[in-house]
Amino acid sequence: MVRVYAGRMRVRVLYFGVLKELFGTAEEELVAPEGTTVGNLLRIMGERTSNLKMETKMWQSTAVAVNREYSSHGAVLRDGDEVALLPPVSGGSARRKERHVD
Amino acid sequence: MLIEIVDGPIAAETVVAGMKAGSDGAVCVFDGIVRDNTRGRKTLYLDYEAYREMALEQMQRLGAEAVERFGVRDVAMVHRLGRLMVGETSVLIVVASAHRASAFEACRWLIDTLKKTVPIWKKETFVDGAVWVDGEPFPAELAAGPRGVSE
Repeated sequence: MVRVYAGRMRVRVLYFGVLKELFGTAEEELVAPEGTTVGNLLRIMGERTSNLKMETKMWQSTAVAVNREYSSHGAVLRDGDEVALLPPVSGGSARRKERHVD
Repeated sequence: MLIEIVDGPIAAETVVAGMKAGSDGAVCVFDGIVRDNTRGRKTLYLDYEAYREMALEQMQRLGAEAVERFGVRDVAMVHRLGRLMVGETSVLIVVASAHRASAFEACRWLIDTLKKTVPIWKKETFVDGAVWVDGEPFPAELAAGPRGVSE
């Protein structure tokens, strides 16, 4: 169990798809200062993963859901939130956009 | 409205039969199946995974929105997760309506929107390797966006 000090909060972070493979885990618990926003969290994650094969482009195309609702970078997180990092979705069947290959 | 995420085969015929009512003039079915190749590269199977609770909620909202927007009578959406072989159904969408135009439109809108906003991902395994399939970019209003990273 992570000890949480005053002024700090605990959030549960979920990873999906390619992010789950990159981080090597489906979920983890993070302790962050109160007032941390989704954008702050992404930046923290970005720093942690700078040594992984995690391109900036991939972060830019990642959406974030807080408690199962799409969220924006300015949203402030609260203690106990479930934060999911979502790569571009690819459900359904065939790709809509076929890339042209010579 | 039948909205489901399942781990086994989708009984498409049963779902379609169950959607027909006396006031319907059209039932439009989209049966999304696993293709045997991507741009000529031979596919062995696809593995689907989801943020299950959120995906189900998103699908329920899409179904309700389709009824509202297109005035169709009823909608069924079933998505399967796990390992799917070539030819198997990954997603089934059925729209029942008094008139065909709205049934076609709603069905098309449902699959197009599902593929952009419902948190489901697939990994494609070929005879010579595997990749997470590139999804389409999120609609602008859903993307946390580059500002979240660079600020």
